[in-house]
Amino acid sequence: MTTHPETSTPTVGTPRHAATAEPAEGNVLRRLNQRRRDAQAAVRQRWQGLPKWQRVIAVLAFVVFLYYLPWLGYLPGGAPPRNPVANIQIPPFHLLRTDLGAGGSPWAAVLFTCALYVMVAIGLNVVIGLAGLLDLGYIGFFAVGAYSVAIFGSVDSPVVQALQERFGLSQNWAVGWALCIPIAIVLTSVSGVILGWPTLRLRGDYLAIVTLGFGEIIRIAARNLNGQSGPNITNGPRGISAIPGPEGPPSPDNQIFGLVDAKPWYWLALTLVILMVLGVRRLEHSRVGRSWLAIREDEDAAAVMGVHGFKFKLWAFAIGAVLGGTSGFLFASRYAYIDPNQFDLQLSILFVAMVVIGGSGNMVGVSVGAILLVYLPERFRDLDEWRMLYFGLAMVLIMILRPQGLIPSRRRARELADRAEEVSGGRHRRAEEATINA
Amino acid sequence: MNTLIDHIGQYTVDGVSKGAIYALVALGYTLVYGVLRLINFAHSEVFMVGTFAILVTYTVLDVQQYPALVVAIPTALLGLVVAGLASGGIALAVERAAYLPLRRKNAPPLIFLITAIGVSMILVEVFGLLLPRRIGHLLPEVFGRERAASLSVPYLFERRPVLTIGDTTIDTIHVIVVVAAVVMMIGLDLFINRTRYGRGVRAVAQDPQTAALMGVNQDRVIMLIFVLGGVMAGAAALLWTIRIGNTQSAIGFVVGLKAFTAAVLGGIGNLRGALLGGILLGVVEVYAAAITASIWEDVFAFVILVIVLMFRPTGLLGESLGRARA
Repeated sequence: MTTHPETSTPTVGTPRHAATAEPAEGNVLRRLNQRRRDAQAAVRQRWQGLPKWQRVIAVLAFVVFLYYLPWLGYLPGGAPPRNPVANIQIPPFHLLRTDLGAGGSPWAAVLFTCALYVMVAIGLNVVIGLAGLLDLGYIGFFAVGAYSVAIFGSVDSPVVQALQERFGLSQNWAVGWALCIPIAIVLTSVSGVILGWPTLRLRGDYLAIVTLGFGEIIRIAARNLNGQSGPNITNGPRGISAIPGPEGPPSPDNQIFGLVDAKPWYWLALTLVILMVLGVRRLEHSRVGRSWLAIREDEDAAAVMGVHGFKFKLWAFAIGAVLGGTSGFLFASRYAYIDPNQFDLQLSILFVAMVVIGGSGNMVGVSVGAILLVYLPERFRDLDEWRMLYFGLAMVLIMILRPQGLIPSRRRARELADRAEEVSGGRHRRAEEATINA
Repeated sequence: MNTLIDHIGQYTVDGVSKGAIYALVALGYTLVYGVLRLINFAHSEVFMVGTFAILVTYTVLDVQQYPALVVAIPTALLGLVVAGLASGGIALAVERAAYLPLRRKNAPPLIFLITAIGVSMILVEVFGLLLPRRIGHLLPEVFGRERAASLSVPYLFERRPVLTIGDTTIDTIHVIVVVAAVVMMIGLDLFINRTRYGRGVRAVAQDPQTAALMGVNQDRVIMLIFVLGGVMAGAAALLWTIRIGNTQSAIGFVVGLKAFTAAVLGGIGNLRGALLGGILLGVVEVYAAAITASIWEDVFAFVILVIVLMFRPTGLLGESLGRARA
């Protein structure tokens, strides 16, 4: 994107010192912002000054808190609906829950969805935030992950039924849940490479539309591979049910991972999130991660320095695909039923919004973005039909007021500040020319 | 496959009239991209607003299905004006309210994208919920029963065969849609290439800094391209209601996606590319629908796009609005 300095702004022709001095009306905001920045820096310094064991304890305490979240506002084990009267409420935290009013979503289910989308956001952050590739069709990988457990693990799947018939297996036979994991990893990474191979040579905007098309193709394929307009693989719009979880196919006998109680699912998702965060952190600071940053900032310069752009971009796609596929896998296992309409493009765009609003490039940021985009519409269900309107408004406002995202990566924020500087720098230059002409 | 070969003429005619609408919407993407190098994803909603403007106007005027030609032509022209005003106005409002603050900060394209998605959401929600309800309140006898987001636009023109060659029939709708689209396109092409304002647009597309030094008001150029794109989307909205006859608040997404694909296919930022890409996409879709009983048509569209981009990464006619004389 080339830079386009503003020409019509009134700064043109004003004296030189006026452009550098702060405008008076922005003073209060600016001072507040400066104070916030100072406070942030102080907290960061304080944190880094702590001995290592204290920092470790703090992080562990936070992790324990995350595992406690399903009972938020109550003592562990006592949240509604189990025993609503005898519960001891801990105000004001219980107000954060989504299941207070009638018709609210179960809190643990919302938490699970949050954790699931955090997984998606972390995976997509590898592609968008680290490697700088705009992938609008991330839902495709999510769907591939979901369908790999559905197609191989469910007795309802046409593929499993065909295998049963072919090899004379019993009606209850299906590939085990744990065995589906490597299958899903292989399938998603292959789909990442298949998408990336022809398209990664394209730049920016073209990549965006092609990935968007890919997401749509996966959905249409899932819809059409129903035995009438193609081989029967996905059951088409009817969807696949009886998708297994860690305890095997869904049944009332399941002790832990049942359909009703979402708490174990949340804990499972949370554990996966933590593993992912650790893994991606290592990756970010490795040779691969540094190559991604170099490609993101200037692909040509990176190539001159010997970074093989295409190879690393393909890596980013494949790794992002596997992470997205894992989330899809978990999604299918949790709900035990999927159909093609759950993977529409609007959801894909929502994924991108999570990353950008949170602050692309920063894992904490994208997680916050994901949580907000899931949590806010759930919490404010009372607003009913209006909530999506407010949601859109909030999105626009955040982007206008804070284009770097809510919690940006520091490097990314600096890049954005640089870009803004380029514009005002241009203004200064023109202001000088104007004074010379006068 | 056989049905396609037997009736290839008919399918081509259908595809061209479908693609003409895509091409008109694609112009909005291409104009903005050519000058600002950004994808205006909210443009699909600009189109949607146009269809709603027509819906409201016709409902208020109580236009009947298939009116006499004396009534139908002025009504269509009125629809064009109303839709053009509404779409152009909305496009301009989006630019001023959402994009201008971002351009001041020189934000990267991704930020514009997310903002555009937010804007789309707002527009879809406003038109999905608020409008039918509000108007239902004002004009209960007209809108009362239809509380849902989808109301129907009356058909203005009947499908009558105009010309038959073999078993290919060109009917009135085909003629109206294609002729109207081509006239709008030629008008825009002349505007960009022959007028003073058009020269300004091309100058900014080529080199914004130098254009500014030569006294082109860049801000005005940007407003102009948003309005022009909006007006073209309004025209597309009219043709859509003539051809399909109905609208709903979520209509924009699919049309916008197709139009954007068309713009990229022809070379985004290139006006004639939008025409070529739109018509090509329309024809490919209709062919694919004929072969696969219409369920794989979107897949074909995207596969063609990928193949074209692999061999011509800037689209069929190349990118530039400034250089390629539009």
